[in-house]
Order: sequence, then C-alpha cells, then structure tokens
Amino acid sequence: MMIPSPWRADFPAIAALQRQDQTYLDNAATTQKPQALLDALTHYYANGAANVHRAQHLPGAHATQAFEDSRRKVGQWLNAGDSGQIIFTHGATSALNLLAYGLEHLFEPGDEIVISALEHHANLLPWQQLAQRRNLKLVILPLDADGLIDLAAAVHLIGPRTRLLAVSQLSNVLGAWQPLTALLGMAKAQNALTVVDGAQGVVHGRHDVQALGCDFYVFSSHKLYGPDGLGVLFGRNAALEQLQHWQFGGEMVLDANYQDSRFRPAPLGFEAGTPPIASVIGLGATLDYLAGLDQDAVSAHEAALHDYLLRGLAARNGIRLLGKPQLALASFVVEGVHNADLAHLLTEQGIAVRAGHHCAMPLMKSFELAGAIRVSLALYNDSEDLERFFEALDQALEMLR
Amino acid sequence: MSLPVEAAEALQTFQTAAGWEQRARLLMQFGDRLPVLDDAQKCEANRVHGCESQVWLVGDLRDGHWQFKASSDARMIRGLVALLLLRVDGLSATELQQVDLPEWFNQLGLSRQLSPSRSNGLNAVLQRMNELAG
Repeated sequence: MMIPSPWRADFPAIAALQRQDQTYLDNAATTQKPQALLDALTHYYANGAANVHRAQHLPGAHATQAFEDSRRKVGQWLNAGDSGQIIFTHGATSALNLLAYGLEHLFEPGDEIVISALEHHANLLPWQQLAQRRNLKLVILPLDADGLIDLAAAVHLIGPRTRLLAVSQLSNVLGAWQPLTALLGMAKAQNALTVVDGAQGVVHGRHDVQALGCDFYVFSSHKLYGPDGLGVLFGRNAALEQLQHWQFGGEMVLDANYQDSRFRPAPLGFEAGTPPIASVIGLGATLDYLAGLDQDAVSAHEAALHDYLLRGLAARNGIRLLGKPQLALASFVVEGVHNADLAHLLTEQGIAVRAGHHCAMPLMKSFELAGAIRVSLALYNDSEDLERFFEALDQALEMLR
Repeated sequence: MSLPVEAAEALQTFQTAAGWEQRARLLMQFGDRLPVLDDAQKCEANRVHGCESQVWLVGDLRDGHWQFKASSDARMIRGLVALLLLRVDGLSATELQQVDLPEWFNQLGLSRQLSPSRSNGLNAVLQRMNELAG
C-alpha cells in the first residue's frame, strides 16, 4: 500500500535532495524546512533587520513585534497560557545548561538529581557536571525490556533526597513515549523540580505543558521544522522564581554599575546578548504553518509510515530492534554485520540515516552495542522513501553477508 | 616518488572499477587480504580513537623502513586501511613524511571517505600515521 505525504511539496529541500539522489531519513537529528519558514527569513532580512528590545526606531519596533509574536505563538503551541514564560535560548542543549547552572544554588551536598538511562547527552552531561560541582548524587532510572523507564524501580529511586527529576518525553534512540505522568507525580510528591526534555516529543502530536504539570519543558526549533541555533525553555512561574541568572550581557540587565547590577526577570533576564532574531521569527512562521495542518491527519500519516517501517524491518532476517519503538523512528542492528559497514553502503546508495551512538553512549553501552542504525521519519516522508531504504538495505546486506 | 608495485596495481584496479558497488566489493576484498593482528597487538596503545569501529595500527621502523600492521572489526574501514598500508609499507622515514595520503585516496576514487563529516575513522587513521611519521 502506498503512503503518500500530502505535505511533501511544502518542503522544497525534499525535491532538491531527491535530485541529488538522496533519501532523507535522519529527521530525529534535524528536519527540512517548510517554504513558509524560508519566506519569513527572506522577508525579515530583505525588509530590514534590526536588534530587538533596544532601539526606538521603526525597524527595531518591527523586529521586536515579530520576535514577541513568535514568543506568543510558542506559548500557544505548548498551551502555556499564564502559567509560565517562554525563554529563547541558543538550542535545547543551552536551555538545559541554563537550568543546570541557574538552579545550582538550590542543591546541597548529598542531594539527588534523577535522570533516566536513555537520556541524550544534552540531558545527561549538564546534570552530571552539576553533580560533580556540588557533590550531588546522580541517580539513573533503569529501563524495562521495552525501553520504557521502569516505574517499579523509579518508585524506590525517587525519594526524599530527590531535588530534581529530568527526563525525556520521547527517546531519540528507542522511539517510545516515556511514562511522564507517573514520574512527574513521584517527583512532585517529594517536592522535587521537574524538567522534561521534549526535543523529540514536541515534534509528534501536540503537548500541553499545563496538563503535563512539569516545571520546565525544553525543545529545539530545528527538530520541529524550524531554524537552527534556537532552543525553547518553558518555565512555570513559581519555578522560574528559583532560577538564577546565568549568562550576562545585553538587554538582560535592568540597571548596571561598575561594581554591581540588577537583572530583568524571565524571559528577557535569561536571554543575554543578541538573541537569534531571524530564527525566532522563522520558528513563528513554522508554527503558523504547522498549526494550519490537520493534526489528526499528520499523526495518522506518521503512524502509518512507522508501521510500514517496522513491518519492512521485521520481514528481513537477522534484524534486531532496540527497544520497542512506538513512533517516529526505529534503531536496529543486524546480526553478524558491523553497523559502520552497513552505514557505509547505505551512504553509497544515497540513504541518509544515522549510524553510531546517537548522543546516548551510556545507553548504547547498556545494550552492549558500539552503535546502531537509526531510521527516523518526518511528516514529509512517504512510503517510497522507505522502499528506497529497504532496497538499499537489501543490497547492502547481500554484499556484506 | 614512484609507487610501490602493489600500490600501482591497486590504483589501476580501482581506477577501472565501475560504480560504487564494484568499489565497495573491492574494498572488502582488499580488507580480507590484510594479515590478522594477534590479540596482544589489539591493545589499547594501538587503538586509533575517533572511529565508529575499532581500528588498530602498529608501526615499526626497521633498518630505516616502516613496516605497518593494522586491523579493524569493520570490513570497509579494514579495506581502506589495507589500501593505506599498500601505499606506505616499506617507505623510509623521509618518504613517509612526504607522501600525500589524501591525494592517494583521491586517485583511488575514495576521497569522499575523507570528508570531515565521515566518522568511519579513515581521517583518524591518517592522523595517527602522521604522528608515527613524526
């Protein structure tokens, strides 16, 4: 059965990649961009760039208006309402580092930070380094056989010393929704702060940070069909009051003297220096585009494509999936075949998939694997993309076996 | 600098190869011909870091000439390393310093394996070779 994507033509790079004989299936790493975003960037740069929140002149007013419109659109996208603020950072990694530095003052030696075994390095290393700076214990929640955070273990590991829980919503390697409601409930019962890494989750379906009930929610623009160099941090009002300023300079200051200064509250107080203005405006255009799509149709398309991918992999001998992927992606290894060799031959055939540790080295080590191949899908992919992948996979395996 | 005989033969073989598929099959054949390293030589000191796969490179300077051995657990990189060793084995210390290894892979039609985004490790192997050459 053919699964065409009605949105494919909205992304001009897909046709360009096809002309270069490239099939793009590395969407969990970054996504192609809709024409609406390209138009917004061109419009901004062609009609007068200006810095935001500084100048009284007209170009500055226009840029600031567009910039703040994007902040409102991101708030709507996450249904933040009046519950908190949207802070723009230079990426999801920056947002998580902001949290790990800005919340550092809350921790006493012996306090515990809880993360899970499947975290991307961006949601592992900032907490690991904070734990080392402050003599904290970094507690790792184990996974069950399906690749979900093990709730039975979590009940015992999230305890009175837990000051913060930071977990992924959707694993970038295992492709499974994590049981956030239960985990956040356990953390809140201990009065711990909660951080959700939504870098993968935000791309699939719509999420409501008020319903989720987390203190902080982080994602990166470029994985959500937006420009790169831009991350988003949602913070609940009460939680933001505990966040100390981290990077200094630019319009984050309220009043500066040679020896001391006072700083703005969120969001501007956490946006030191000139922000990525064009990217923020571009993300607003992407969200307008996405908001105009039939979300149910997008979800159904992604589910059908994922099912097609899993069936195709299951039909081939010797393929072992990592975990039990539910959507968006599948990571796998092939018995007796080195993933570097497979990656080499897929690349030769114009298949853009990811091979390696996927920025989750400890997770790969726990599987006793040096690496795996990951196929990750976006709304513009179709079944022909997957057919080209399967043909290339068969050809590669025929050569390697 | 004239090419070693085996390198000249390999060059001719690769230059007449038609398409990616034949080049990939040739790479695997060259890799399979690489003499095996014993377990003692597959030690941490001989590991080349920065590769997706495990690669070991051992170099000895004997009577003024380099003798190399190498291996990998992945077949494609083993083939690339085999082609590298064909080019450099037996060179004098001065010759090894002078040989243009990226150009060698370019002549073989394998220059894409040296692009900066490649994590297959050939770049790391060349760097180690440079360090050994001093």
